[in-house]
Amino acid sequence: MTGATDVERTPKTYRAHLPILWWLRRRSYLLFVVRELSSVFVAWFVVFLLLLVVSVARGEEAYRRFLDWSANPVVLAVNIVALLFVVYHALTWFNLAPKAMILNVRGRRVPPPLVAFAHFGAWLVVSIVVAWIVVG
Amino acid sequence: MAKHRVEPVLWLLFSAGGLVAALMVPVLLLLFGVVFPLGWVAAPDYAHLSAVVRFPLTRLALLGVCVLALFHWAHRFKYTLYDGLQLQRQHAAINAFCYGGAVIGSAIAAYLLLLYV
Repeated sequence: MTGATDVERTPKTYRAHLPILWWLRRRSYLLFVVRELSSVFVAWFVVFLLLLVVSVARGEEAYRRFLDWSANPVVLAVNIVALLFVVYHALTWFNLAPKAMILNVRGRRVPPPLVAFAHFGAWLVVSIVVAWIVVG
Repeated sequence: MAKHRVEPVLWLLFSAGGLVAALMVPVLLLLFGVVFPLGWVAAPDYAHLSAVVRFPLTRLALLGVCVLALFHWAHRFKYTLYDGLQLQRQHAAINAFCYGGAVIGSAIAAYLLLLYV
């Protein structure tokens, strides 16, 4: 190998090499990764929801079995952890909403706290309506 | 060029999915994952829940939640693998796993919610 070929093989873009556990270095890095990992629990929820829907479609006996399964300590523990992650997702999502949505009404910018407040209000209303439909 | 056309769509799905997940998932997971199993509130009786689930608008809404939530997962998890585990070089495999998973998951959700229920 000559020096010239080594130069040709050098990637054109510079890539900083980070250790694999870089996200443990700072609290803010860790919270970033926690927020990203919340998506795994969002996906888990889809699976859980579909299992519920299928059990309801299959009949009362299957629904009973689903309720028993969801009370299993392992499933319960997974769902408690999942709930913490999705609540963290919701809090961070709504807090970022004013930065993502720049709203102007009659040429004046809607104050960022109002945008966040509207999102938290919508969260409350949706939660109450969903709980009301479910519990009946 | 195709990359530039699809990228905004993926960001839009991520964003819509993030909003829908933030609004809908905590309450449903709190009720069916924690409150009912622990018996804090009695689980809804079968006749009521069955009527709710069989109502066409419920099924369409749940399908929307599932599809958007899955694409939200795909987009965010892709970057978790890229950045968290330093796997930028495996981008083709990661894209296939994440977006492929979201497409297959959406197809299963559509089958279950629209045809099976």
